[in-house]
Amino acid sequence: MLTLNQVPCGHTVKVIKLDSQGALKRRIMDMGITKGTPITVKKLAPLGDPMELNVRGYELSMRKADAANIIVA
Amino acid sequence: MAMKIALVGNPNSGKTTLFNTLTGSKQYVGNWPGVTVEKKEGHLKSRQKEAVIVDLPGIYSLSPYSLEEVIARDFIINEKPDVIINIVDASNLERNLYLTTQVLELGVPTVIALNMMDVVNRRGDRIDMTAMQKKLGCPVAAISAVKEHGVDELIALALSAAQKPQPQLFSADTESALSAVLDAVKDEPWLGNFEPRWLAVKLFERDEDLLKKIQLSGTAERKIDSTVKAMETAMDDDAESIITNERYDSVAVLLEGVYIKKARPKLTMSDKIDKVLTNRWLALPIFFFIMWGVYFVSIQTVGDWTIGWVEELIGWISGGVETLLVNWGASDWVLSLVIDGIFGGVGAVLVFVPQLMILYLFISILEDCGYMSRVAFIMDRIFRRFGLSGKSFIPMLIGTGCSVPAVMASRTIENENDRKMTIMLTPFIPCGAKLPVFAMFVALVFRNASWVGPSMYLVGIIMVILSGLILKRTKLFAGNTTPFVMELPEYKMPRPKGLILHIWEKGKSFVIKAGTIIFLASAVLWVLQSFSFSFEYLTAEQIDRSILAGIGHVLAPIFAPLGFGNWMSAVASVTGLIAKEVVVSTFAIVSANTVLTFTAVTAYAFMIFTLLAAPCFAAIGAIKREMGGWKWTLIAIGYQTGLAYVMAMLVNLVGGLLFPNAEAIQLGSDVEAAGEGALSSVGILDNPMVYILGVILLAVAVTGLVSLIKRGGNKPLSGSAAKL
Repeated sequence: MLTLNQVPCGHTVKVIKLDSQGALKRRIMDMGITKGTPITVKKLAPLGDPMELNVRGYELSMRKADAANIIVA
Repeated sequence: MAMKIALVGNPNSGKTTLFNTLTGSKQYVGNWPGVTVEKKEGHLKSRQKEAVIVDLPGIYSLSPYSLEEVIARDFIINEKPDVIINIVDASNLERNLYLTTQVLELGVPTVIALNMMDVVNRRGDRIDMTAMQKKLGCPVAAISAVKEHGVDELIALALSAAQKPQPQLFSADTESALSAVLDAVKDEPWLGNFEPRWLAVKLFERDEDLLKKIQLSGTAERKIDSTVKAMETAMDDDAESIITNERYDSVAVLLEGVYIKKARPKLTMSDKIDKVLTNRWLALPIFFFIMWGVYFVSIQTVGDWTIGWVEELIGWISGGVETLLVNWGASDWVLSLVIDGIFGGVGAVLVFVPQLMILYLFISILEDCGYMSRVAFIMDRIFRRFGLSGKSFIPMLIGTGCSVPAVMASRTIENENDRKMTIMLTPFIPCGAKLPVFAMFVALVFRNASWVGPSMYLVGIIMVILSGLILKRTKLFAGNTTPFVMELPEYKMPRPKGLILHIWEKGKSFVIKAGTIIFLASAVLWVLQSFSFSFEYLTAEQIDRSILAGIGHVLAPIFAPLGFGNWMSAVASVTGLIAKEVVVSTFAIVSANTVLTFTAVTAYAFMIFTLLAAPCFAAIGAIKREMGGWKWTLIAIGYQTGLAYVMAMLVNLVGGLLFPNAEAIQLGSDVEAAGEGALSSVGILDNPMVYILGVILLAVAVTGLVSLIKRGGNKPLSGSAAKL
């Protein structure tokens, strides 16, 4: 099972499932990450965390811990 | 009756620019009651009609989970604006329209302001406005807030908007579920208070904020529950997610044939800039350089010069006033009240205003151009551990100069808890005014030992870190698990007009708000130190008979465990509330006629107390303004002073054990001279940056090492680890 935090830079994946609840899940979805959405991992911050993602045409930064809840393929 | 217009939109959608264009300088900025979220209101610059525009916080959604969203919802539902202007970033349509679908459900006449059309045109994309208008069912105006194009048409549309918008429809199954939900509450007494569509969706989503505010009858609750559960099972997802997914689906449908994209080059301008600014190797050095630049100009050079100029100006004015008063034959105490008390107290604070504005200019530039979010992106990993945000770095840095603009800089932090924590902990960093206090002791008690000054910075930073770690676990701050999901907006040129408006407004509000507290406090303090209990007016040297001294005697025992349980130290600490430098002059006055001694241990304890305890009135005023009320201000001051007390006591006790025979040194009346001499010899002014950099470099090295070790164990996909 591949989660978003494991995706290497430059790769694009599709969201399969959001494995979190409540406010956390809602926030992630509000920012455009929903089932079937393509996400591109642009880069990691200089200190290794957070990740910079491209979602629905804009740049989003997300901590690896939260990205670990997003199952992708 | 003036029309009420609400401005709603995503952060970074140009909302602030639009607000400024619509209201000019006729705006009022404050806080939403009791919170740290900024509230902006203004009058529409229009000859046609009178209208008040309220700028609601930038939001991505109307969920019940964050303060900003709840503020926006509550305002629209309770205050019932006549029109909503929903500003939409046309270069980012999908995510912006997601909010729009929610706004349309509120039943308030809405006008869409399609902003940043210039970016769309530049990209070669096209938007069919007529089609969009038809599909959305409400007026759409294309604008460029920054260039002020299309704003007049927008205003005209807004002023004449009267039609309730039509909400976007969900899937057939969802729609029938929503009807069932609405039907279940048709007999509830509060039904009339809410827009039916909004109510149906929120009830379906089990919206916790709504459920807190209404009373659902048992039957209604059961009916809704069964409807929702049935849908959740059928779709294999929770109700909130079902709605959210369908919203984005409806946006996609909406954009079909409306938004025609031209194939875009792989890297945008912002991407190219970020290749350098968030580059794995260059990011941190560039960041330090920029931060050093900000520090150098605003705290060491220009900012410092302005302090000198304002001091001269105030000195000149106060000299003039003094002459005037003397000519009018004013009595001694009036002279003292006005010159020493008011001018002295208020002046001590006003000198910082230009520096404040310079610092704020830098912060605004960094924020407006988009670099601030990169700062958070880069620094987040370090600050997260201590319950702070990556954006907490800037306030802390500015705090090395003055806590006032530092506290005000915390406004850029989105998360309410992080913001409060940053406001509370920033004053721990030694500000410029505390340096003379340290220098005085360094010169007189520590015989100019070079470790003392820098140790204050270290202690400050350690206290920030420790406090963050501890407070994060307390009830007050724990539990807010809003994930750090932050947009990195496109870089853009900050607009001079917006910047000037911003810093003018900030400076003005500081002078007025913080100024009034300081004015009153200075006057009160002056009364306390100039009058004896029998209301006899005293000269400066007779301070030992003043009310303040009396209070000092009462407070002195409290300070005994800290090692300075004498009325003079107590009084000096209290006068430090006006401005920390005043501690030095108070010591000079009180020790002129009485013997006052400190050992290295008790001196250090006093320094620690001064470092950590509540800051000066100006800073307290700034804290109150940012915290949005007294409750949190008192919590902040209480924590700071409490920690100061405990730490000073620890120093005194442990120090006393380790150095029982420390020499007691008397502070003579050459206190001030000694202090000033020490300032330059210790070179404290040069040290803070070095020490902060040192701490950060250390943190970077440690985290870098740790991730290197960890990465060794990670199995990357198809050997692309090389890219990392």
